[in-house]
Amino acid sequence: MKQDSSVPRVEIRINECKGCHLCIAACPKKVLEPSGCFNNQGYNYAKYKGEGCIGCGICFYSCPEPGAITVYKKEN
Amino acid sequence: MSTNPNILCKSKAFYDEFTRKGVDDVITTHYCPGCGHGILHKMIAESIMDLGVQDKTILISPVGCSVFAYYYFDTGNVQVAHGRAPAVATGVKRSRPGSIVISYQGDGDLAAIGTAEIIHAANRGESMTVFFVNNAIYGMTGGQMAPTTTIGQKTATTPYGRKVENEGYPIKMSELISNLDAPVFVERVSLADVPNRNKTRAVVKKALQNQVEGKGFSFVEVLSACPSGLKMSPVQTNEWVKATLHNIFPIKNFRDNTATAQSSFKKDASSNKEEVLKALNLLDQTTDYKPSVDKSKFADQNVRLAGFGGQGILSAGSTLSVLAMYEGLETTWIPSYGPEMRGGTSNCHVRVSNKRIGSPLVETPNVLIAMNGPSLEKFESIVKKDGVIIVNSSIIDKKVSRKDVKVYYVPLTQISTDLGVPAAQSVAGLAAYLAATKVIPVEKLEYVVHKSLKRKELADKNISIIRKVAEHVGGQ
Repeated sequence: MKQDSSVPRVEIRINECKGCHLCIAACPKKVLEPSGCFNNQGYNYAKYKGEGCIGCGICFYSCPEPGAITVYKKEN
Repeated sequence: MSTNPNILCKSKAFYDEFTRKGVDDVITTHYCPGCGHGILHKMIAESIMDLGVQDKTILISPVGCSVFAYYYFDTGNVQVAHGRAPAVATGVKRSRPGSIVISYQGDGDLAAIGTAEIIHAANRGESMTVFFVNNAIYGMTGGQMAPTTTIGQKTATTPYGRKVENEGYPIKMSELISNLDAPVFVERVSLADVPNRNKTRAVVKKALQNQVEGKGFSFVEVLSACPSGLKMSPVQTNEWVKATLHNIFPIKNFRDNTATAQSSFKKDASSNKEEVLKALNLLDQTTDYKPSVDKSKFADQNVRLAGFGGQGILSAGSTLSVLAMYEGLETTWIPSYGPEMRGGTSNCHVRVSNKRIGSPLVETPNVLIAMNGPSLEKFESIVKKDGVIIVNSSIIDKKVSRKDVKVYYVPLTQISTDLGVPAAQSVAGLAAYLAATKVIPVEKLEYVVHKSLKRKELADKNISIIRKVAEHVGGQ
């Protein structure tokens, strides 16, 4: 799926997420939620609701895993 | 970070894959869900890239949950013994003054077993950056009490809660460190919520920036959540950190002298040969000595001198090293002896080479100078094939049983006593070795002995002992 680069978004790599949900607690726009599904390791990984991300990066700095979250800010 | 400023993703300061021994998963860390270590790792990685110091960063990993940091950071890495990170960091920084040294430790490592190391590294003002993760519990070993555990906190080893009467108070490391004069930057931060994480990011970068600018010792204490140890969800644990730890361990800057701090790189003490020779009072004595050894052809000498305390074993060993230095060779000398000043056993390891010497230990000597019976018994078997054994036949009745070594029997104690200086018997042993092997002319030993003895009369007696021994060996 081609992404619109003018819209900020967050990407969560399912198998790198450990389901701690610190990102969900930290997100100021409340656009992340537990997926209700389990990844390879058995964690209830977080997922992006699909809209409303402002690209602030707060979830990125709340997540303990180096590569689980990627945030695409709005391109200037 | 990626090179694109519009994308926040896995830092280039991390390896692409986290290949770990015995683990198939290469995409995630070993940390538990919600662990503060991972968050701090990301901040450190980001600062390393922002400051452009990835190629010269050396991360010292401790013992504790963060023991595997070297599997994650694509930098130089040393994993060290429990509590010793600041001591190793000191050595790394002093031998590589241009590197950026990060000493990373948890509360058990830094505030319990390694208390001495951190206090003294801080007190010396070593130019390093210390990240101290305080989560008030031992995580790796299963949730035991840490020095930073709070009063009343239940842990595996304080099942009724920590009591002051029994376990004392939680130790406040930032407060302790900031009581010392040398540290230039001491701050306590927290990872418990978004504003504190933002602050922590800035402080992590500042603590590294200080080192890049050569400002001295920077210490950052990071209050962090251990959901597994605290037996709560990650979100609840962060709430607990805020409600409990923030009150006991105030979030604040304790010291910031970075504006006025001078560059504090420690000089490499060994780099200035002149200064070292001057300190050893050897400078003016080197002038009229003419080296006689062809350095390119010099065969490594690994010598053990052994006897009983009082025979002058250690001083004879150091005399050999001094002689080697006069010849411009590389040398090491280390003693091995008991607590007695007289009596007991005594031996030393001396190495002489035309190349730099890695270890000063002599485990398989090519030369053994045995001054008494037990020494010969103990070390005869470790001498290399075709090696040399000098036997002090005044004291040792026994003959060497090996046939694959060259043996010289010399009455060293007798000769030295007859010529009036019993204390010179080990120097006599040295003379026998040089006369037998000719690795360095024995006359050169006379020179060194003459220079090192202040009383001329004593020096003359020593020299006659050396000559008598050389004659004796020449006749064998």
